[in-house]
Amino acid sequence: MTWSDWSWVLPDAFSTFSDDVDMIYYVILWVTGIIFVITEGVLIYFLVRYRHKEGRKATYDHGSSKLEIVWTTATLVVCLALGIVSKGVWDTMKIDVPEGAMEIIVTAQQFEWHVTYPGPDGALGTADDFEVLNQIHAAVDEPVWIHLRATDVLHSLFLPEMRVKQDAVPGKDIPVWFEATATGEYTIGCAELCGIGHTTMNGTLTIHTAADFQAWATAQAQRPRPRP
Amino acid sequence: MSTTEKDIASAVDAGGQHDHHEIPWIRKYVFATDHKMIAKQFMFVSLFFLVVGGALAGMMRFQLGFPGQPMPGAGILPDAMMAPTPNGAIMLPEFYNSLVTMHGTIMIFFAIMPLLVGLFGNLLIPLQIGAEDMAFPRLNMASFWLAVPAGMLMLASFAVEGGAAGAGWTSYAPLSTSGEWTGVYLGQQLWLVSLTILGFSSLIGAVNYITTVINLRAPGMTWFRIPLATWSLFVTAVLILLAIPILAGALLMLLFDQTIGTGFFRPDVGGEPLLWQHLFWFFGHPEVYILILPAMGITSEVLSNRARKPIFGYHSMVLALISIGFLGWIVWGHHMFQSGMNPLLGTSFMISTMAIAVPSAIKTFNWLGTLWKADIHFDVPMLHALSFVSMFIIGGLSGIFMASTPVDIYIHDTYFIVAHLHYVLFGGSLFAIFAGITYWFPKMFGRMMNEPLGKVHFVLTFIFYNLVFFPMHNLGLQGMMRRIYDFTQYDFLQPLQPMNQFITLFAFALITTQVLFVINFFWSIFKGETAGNNPWNSNTLEWTVPSPPPHGNFAQMPTVFRGPYEYSSPESDDDFLPQTTPPREGPGPSSGVPAPTPTPEGAEV
Repeated sequence: MTWSDWSWVLPDAFSTFSDDVDMIYYVILWVTGIIFVITEGVLIYFLVRYRHKEGRKATYDHGSSKLEIVWTTATLVVCLALGIVSKGVWDTMKIDVPEGAMEIIVTAQQFEWHVTYPGPDGALGTADDFEVLNQIHAAVDEPVWIHLRATDVLHSLFLPEMRVKQDAVPGKDIPVWFEATATGEYTIGCAELCGIGHTTMNGTLTIHTAADFQAWATAQAQRPRPRP
Repeated sequence: MSTTEKDIASAVDAGGQHDHHEIPWIRKYVFATDHKMIAKQFMFVSLFFLVVGGALAGMMRFQLGFPGQPMPGAGILPDAMMAPTPNGAIMLPEFYNSLVTMHGTIMIFFAIMPLLVGLFGNLLIPLQIGAEDMAFPRLNMASFWLAVPAGMLMLASFAVEGGAAGAGWTSYAPLSTSGEWTGVYLGQQLWLVSLTILGFSSLIGAVNYITTVINLRAPGMTWFRIPLATWSLFVTAVLILLAIPILAGALLMLLFDQTIGTGFFRPDVGGEPLLWQHLFWFFGHPEVYILILPAMGITSEVLSNRARKPIFGYHSMVLALISIGFLGWIVWGHHMFQSGMNPLLGTSFMISTMAIAVPSAIKTFNWLGTLWKADIHFDVPMLHALSFVSMFIIGGLSGIFMASTPVDIYIHDTYFIVAHLHYVLFGGSLFAIFAGITYWFPKMFGRMMNEPLGKVHFVLTFIFYNLVFFPMHNLGLQGMMRRIYDFTQYDFLQPLQPMNQFITLFAFALITTQVLFVINFFWSIFKGETAGNNPWNSNTLEWTVPSPPPHGNFAQMPTVFRGPYEYSSPESDDDFLPQTTPPREGPGPSSGVPAPTPTPEGAEV
């Protein structure tokens, strides 16, 4: 184990909104870090400064309304400011799915991720759809809109390098989107306890260049396979 | 009038000649109606469950520190839990899921909650308000004797076919609706039945506490003279009264889904899985405050006493307790940001969650204010209370990360959450429980706990606790999920193996350290230094009576003249001024916060 294991730096992320998420994280880290140092520092200072000594008598004092108002207001302002900053990024990530995104279906089932692609016609729900298991493939700089579903119990689609997490709920079709900014192989994990094999429910997210992705999709669509 | 009530009545009439009338052994120690004995019963049973919960955590930590390796000594466990191999027994994933579930369930429902509410609620409420017992002593007895079979059922579930419940302490549907998904059938049903019974126990207790505080206060004990421990327990009892029926309803619905084919939470027959989460957390978030408010109250008592200074901002402390009690009802959705509920709701719940940070911050600042210009005595209860404050700061601040919805997307269901909740429940509640037990131990047993041994226990616990739980923040930030049997299945988590081993080794050290507390506890019951009525020079009513207090508590109805925290008052030559000491004659400084001198006629009885 090294000191880097104690790091409060987030691991690298590669999606269009990941910098915004990480920025809010670092703002909160700084704000709470400063409050932490001040409050614990004051606590330790008081403990040393006002420790019992022969002849000491505590000051008879019941508090100060002025101070109460100051720190109540300060806490409220800081918390609401953090809330307002957070709202915009949350809406981007969870509500505003961009137009023209490539639509795929991810169906979670104990203990696999079934990923359905639209096939050559570009439309889901047609005969040329094809399915791959435990892999999501996408092109860099292209938004992907995942229809997240589940067939049995709750699962949670976790793409740590994309800063994406969303529970999959049987009976619901939940929109999840991201746009990767770098090619590479990333993690797919399940973040919601889903049964005995929960720990094995992982997979790979592959981000290709646009040309490579087309080639992959074409090859997959032509491979003979039973219809999903 | 029952025998017991007659006992009390005649004892009071006789001016405190309580012990003439021998209570049969079984009524005194087993089916007891005396609130102090029930408090002790809750304490012994809950401490036992604390040990059980700790053992479960130890096994979990072994698997995380040494995934897939044989566990020493685990060969004695049945094959359904540990798979035998030539090298030793290896933990099965289904047993790991049961450990996760049962550690959470037992610690929350059978250790922390009954210690805070069952032990301190019973012990402190009548003594601190000047009552001879609870309003309903027999209901009180029923409350304890419902909790016992609930605990036995919960433990028994380990022994049934399929093992104990394995869907997490939150038992999210649909995973929990059928053994088809978990392999656990009877175990999950026992979990549901046990918690339903325990819920009734808590409800009965809550009704009793509320009635007692409202009706049985001694003359002069106005609302704003009630010590903060009792205030916090009162607010907690109101939360229990309102929250438990929701849990009970949800538990029964889930039980019906499991056993008689209803489909409240089963989407395959038209049910709604998210309904379970809404019901569970609508109970569950108030439950979080049930687990922390009494700890705040205990801390306030100990802090003010050992700092020999009035609590800073008594009124705002009470108002903060009450506003947490209200706001606690409108923040449940922050457990569900990633659940698939409408994301617009996420923002509403984020704002309400940010708002509830305010009363918590007020309390923290007031504790710091109490220490300002104080005269601080570092006795063992004070050390634990101070570590409550410093650890609660960490737990409170880490909560802001997950209150922010976009950040929560990344850290939700990771070890960051595990770190946060243990900073609140262990760093917060459990340190306050240690503070409370060591502080009121002389009142319960008439003897002091051993101070040097207590200090060693405190220092080691504080260090090991932080070495176990602080690095969990870092694990979570690296993306390590919670409730995961073998994180090394994920390539990106494999570098976290050394840190996990580090945590596991210190977890074992932390668990072992608790032996010191057990030794101190039992040794002190029999051999501790004899304590007088008031070993801490405290102001509150429980310290005006003998240690341990007799049946009926007060030889005469006490009269209360002032607030509970008049330490270092200029009105007294000592550095404390008990609530029962009559004001000095003639003009002089008023008796301080709050309220003028009462007349017994004007006071509630």
